[in-house]
Amino acid sequence: MQRDAQPQQTTIPFWRDERALKVLGQIIFVIIVLIIGALIFHNMRVGLAKQGITLSYSFFKNVSGFDIAETAFPYDRNSTYWQAFLIGLVNTVTVGSVGIVFSTILGVILGVARLSTNFIINRLAAFYLELIRNLSLLVFLIFWYLGVFLKLPRVQNAVIWPGDIILTNRGVGIPWGIPTASFPTFRLILLFGLILALIVFFALRAYSQRTGRAPLTLLWSILTLIVVGALGWLLLPEKPLIFDLPFVKGLNLSGGKILTPEFMALTSGLVLYTAAFIGEVVRAGIQSVSKGQSEAARALGLNGFQTLRLIVFPQALRVIIPPLTSQYLNLVKNSSLAIAVGYPDVFYVSNTIQNQTGRAVEMISLVMLTYLSISLLTSVLMNWYNQRIKLVER
Amino acid sequence: MRKTYTIFTLLVLVALALAACGTAAPAPSGGDTVTVVETVVVEVTSSAPVVVAPTGYGVTLKAVQERGKLVCGVNSQVPGFGYVDANGNFAGIDVDYCRALAAAIFGDASKVEFRPVTAAERFTALQSGEIDILSRNTTWSLVRDTELGGNFVHTTFYDGQGMMVPKDSGFTTLKDLDGGTICVQTGTTTELNLADVMAAEGVSYTPAVFEDADSTFAAYAEGRCDAVTTDKSGLVSRRSVLPDPAAHVIMDVTMSKEPLGPMVRHGDDQWFDIAQWTVFTLFSGEEFGLTSANVDDMRASATAPEVRRLLGLEGDLGLKLGLTNDWAYNIIKLVGNYEEIYNRNLGPDTPTYIPRGYNSLYTDGGLLYAPPFR
Repeated sequence: MQRDAQPQQTTIPFWRDERALKVLGQIIFVIIVLIIGALIFHNMRVGLAKQGITLSYSFFKNVSGFDIAETAFPYDRNSTYWQAFLIGLVNTVTVGSVGIVFSTILGVILGVARLSTNFIINRLAAFYLELIRNLSLLVFLIFWYLGVFLKLPRVQNAVIWPGDIILTNRGVGIPWGIPTASFPTFRLILLFGLILALIVFFALRAYSQRTGRAPLTLLWSILTLIVVGALGWLLLPEKPLIFDLPFVKGLNLSGGKILTPEFMALTSGLVLYTAAFIGEVVRAGIQSVSKGQSEAARALGLNGFQTLRLIVFPQALRVIIPPLTSQYLNLVKNSSLAIAVGYPDVFYVSNTIQNQTGRAVEMISLVMLTYLSISLLTSVLMNWYNQRIKLVER
Repeated sequence: MRKTYTIFTLLVLVALALAACGTAAPAPSGGDTVTVVETVVVEVTSSAPVVVAPTGYGVTLKAVQERGKLVCGVNSQVPGFGYVDANGNFAGIDVDYCRALAAAIFGDASKVEFRPVTAAERFTALQSGEIDILSRNTTWSLVRDTELGGNFVHTTFYDGQGMMVPKDSGFTTLKDLDGGTICVQTGTTTELNLADVMAAEGVSYTPAVFEDADSTFAAYAEGRCDAVTTDKSGLVSRRSVLPDPAAHVIMDVTMSKEPLGPMVRHGDDQWFDIAQWTVFTLFSGEEFGLTSANVDDMRASATAPEVRRLLGLEGDLGLKLGLTNDWAYNIIKLVGNYEEIYNRNLGPDTPTYIPRGYNSLYTDGGLLYAPPFR
């Protein structure tokens, strides 16, 4: 009897075939979403058309007419809106990258300190993490701006720290290198050093794989780069960079590199805030590696540092990377709070453009697209790295 | 991965459209942060009704009458123009203009909801129909009259851009500010004038640009900038709330023409007329000597034909605007004429005293001039 039943099962009508229904459901869902999207978009177009407004990005080539404080490339009131937008974009990327680098360093230190057996270090780190993580970022940024950087002494009473760092409420001046005629040559030497460092890196890795020894691969390659760079610096007839010291000139700071209070408040706020979250991510990552792993490593004769570097950290990294990516994305997106402290990031500049031109839809969509692109790029890079370090299962 | 991107794209699409369609959602443009801050200030927290921006002849008045109140976009940070006073009430000449408009429509000056909008979000708020009229010390300019989808009603305050510096700096001309930093608010004509004037004078400067008046002047007070610039009226008004007003002087330079006045949306000429003739009523009230105190007597005894027409005793001027015939009487009775409004907010007895200057009647050598009521 069962033998007769089997051929009938292959002719189930599609409306009762679960696989077909699933696909159908998906298609219907997509169609509904598209229809809703189209309706909303249409509504917007009609609404704007009634007021005689059409969507267009052509205003971008017009003269902007406003000045921006912090410009990565020459810009004045005769530049176009598009250039103004690019200035904002560069500023956002600057804050994002500086923020990511410093918050990672500080975050790792905090995470390790949190697990320290030293009571004071441990408690201090815990106190910092709990305090910062429970503050509102906006409040924190405004604190850094109004409460710290604008409260620095006025230019006339500037505080000068060792290392020629000038602190005023007009900005923080730090020494900065100015490239000279020999700078291009120096850059070539650095490139050569980088190639050499890569060679050292791969050679040491091959050596380690062949012999089973574990040399400090990264350290040696970085040392190579530094030595080549230093040799180039000393041997070139003219110094490739002259150090320009900041000084007070009239109403403002001059020379060196002047970091404005807005930039300082935004980056320090973002770094200190994000570092607290990264600290927790790092702590969780390290704790996720079972104790047996380090015990086994010690039993095999690895010392404490080797255990951390070769056994614990590579395994912790797998747990750390995905949440770390989220923190990086948060940092970049949170940088749009620059508007609260007057730093001309992409959101701020776009807001100004939008207001001067009345192109709200165009500018908001562009800003959203910009943040989306930056975030997707960050997450693609991090996913690629995650893919590389993840456990290879055989 | 591909699926993820598809979903992303869809989400972006939906979000964009939502942000843009003309609902009463908070203006999609302005900094979220500021919106939050200002929401706290508002006392009227009625649930945001779903308003589709009304366009076409007569729709705005109809919508306002059906709603039972006027929604007026105002400033909440400039004493004398638009400000929340110590009792939590809105005050200022721009605010009083909204009250006059409400008096004209409803015969009740209190039927108005004040919605504070920032400089950056004001035009979007007007375009989207979130507010019926924008009365927020806004400068009349060509771009705003065209591309920003609005029409300026009439100038209610003739202003010019000025520059304020600390007294001990000794600066008297713009040239003195060479190499300095100047605080300015974003999304204003001020920001553009500053760039224009400084370029013309050949003075190099660094702008420090802020989102609202409060943060601009807070930064100036902290010494972040050597000078702060905005309309002269704004400087006078903000100086009154600085920690030490006497320590700051307004330079004797005028950098631009700043005709300030209310603005309405494109597309509803009736609404434009009502808004404009409300301004003229305020001017004419002063010209004819009608005040909130004597308007009842005048209505009983007036003989001059134009006064009688204005007060609705002769003809049907109010009906032509789609209002009742006692609309102008209500404005004068409930809010006062231009002089009363001016003295209440910017007069000699206020901390924000500004001499009337151009803002006097044409008969006194000023620029205020109303067309005939006939």
